Amino acid sequence: MAPPGPVLGAVAPVIEARGLVRRYGRTLALAGVDLLLGAHEVLVVVGPNGAGKSTLLRVLAGLARPSAGTVLVLGRPIGDDDPEVRRAIGLVSHRSLLYDDLTLHENLAFAGRLYGLPAPAEAATAALAEVGLEAKAGESPRNLSRGMLQRATIARALQHQPALLLLDEPFTGLDAEWQERIRQLLAARIAAGAAAVAVTHQPAELWQIATRVAAFSGGRWALDEARVGEPDAFLARFREAVPA
Amino acid sequence: MLSAALTLAAKDLRAELRSRSALMSALLLACLVLFVLYFARDPTAVAPALVAPGALWVTAAFAATTALNRAFQHEKEHGAIDGLLLAPIAREAIFLGKYLANVAFTLAIELLAVPLVVLFFNVDFGPVLGGMALLLPLTTLGFAAVGTVFGAITARAKHAELLLPTLVMPFLVIPVVVGVQVTGRLLGGQTLAEVAGWLRLLCVYDVIFIVLCLLVFPVVVRD
Repeated sequence: MAPPGPVLGAVAPVIEARGLVRRYGRTLALAGVDLLLGAHEVLVVVGPNGAGKSTLLRVLAGLARPSAGTVLVLGRPIGDDDPEVRRAIGLVSHRSLLYDDLTLHENLAFAGRLYGLPAPAEAATAALAEVGLEAKAGESPRNLSRGMLQRATIARALQHQPALLLLDEPFTGLDAEWQERIRQLLAARIAAGAAAVAVTHQPAELWQIATRVAAFSGGRWALDEARVGEPDAFLARFREAVPA
Repeated sequence: MLSAALTLAAKDLRAELRSRSALMSALLLACLVLFVLYFARDPTAVAPALVAPGALWVTAAFAATTALNRAFQHEKEHGAIDGLLLAPIAREAIFLGKYLANVAFTLAIELLAVPLVVLFFNVDFGPVLGGMALLLPLTTLGFAAVGTVFGAITARAKHAELLLPTLVMPFLVIPVVVGVQVTGRLLGGQTLAEVAGWLRLLCVYDVIFIVLCLLVFPVVVRD
């Protein structure tokens, strides 16, 4: 029997998933996943390639429909019928979600308008400044380095102050300085009441802000525990639970 | 919903004005099609006025399909379509936004095609400009709705640039047939009242496909 998903602390759930199943033809990407996460909680998820981690994030974000099971964000079911529930979600995925034919500032202002921000242009300027890209505001995303593009992606995901952060390898391409600054940025959002599910191959990157760590394999939780000790010890337990 | 749709349409138009990729590729295709059609007719046997309506609408159909293809490719780059689907807006607003931009693109291409036809076939559209001003939007409104839905479907598919024309061509039959008939009759001296039946057919086509596409779009963008 698969271990249960991470359990709720003493705070109200930001996201609650029950019995998530996702099939792609004959492939079972999610095999009955439960998840309960409250405000101020950060769940760091590791797992081998093809374990279903990215699928899990897409289902939690409402971008992929589960074959079975439910996802509630702030107590409301996520789906096509309730656009407002999507306001609570900020997604950093493998792709930037940015348009090459718009400048960075135009990209973020456009997103801000879709999210109904009261001053989208100012919000875009502030979000770019937060990730150190104010000098690149007039540039196309196609002219940015990998690390700068990742910072722009994070700025787009965070500028509407989402209650739930879904992060897929958020530190990809970032140098050590910017890993630390983004870690601080995420920590500030968590301290303000957000929750986060972060998928990574390098749990050490997020260890300081994690409250729970879990291993995902074969579309289900293979390991699930509160963050204690050092990431190396967790990785050793992970390798024991999920042999290569 | 309308505000989000207008925001999206404005984004598409801004991006296109900057890159001009859809309009330039459509314009180039229009020139090539007209070039081939010009040399494909026997000038001693077929008068230009007889060929011009068909040339106009065949050119507009191919060029508009090319532009529609390009419109959703922008959303495919860097997964931007996920950004739209994540936003707290109704799926119908996404349809309306993309649709309004596609109507603008398609109309722009048709407006470019008219002077090109004049150039290649030496036909005087001056006396029928009023009729054409009514005909162009009527042929565009329904077709752009169909193109928007199929553009969303094929944006996730491989070989989208081949798939989209294949899917939308059957839906082009009515606008092209009516476009050719009305253009030919107007150039032949008939009045708008005399072609009203054709225009009513286009209106019915437009209403049916706009409503259908609005209803179907949320389903086709669902994973």
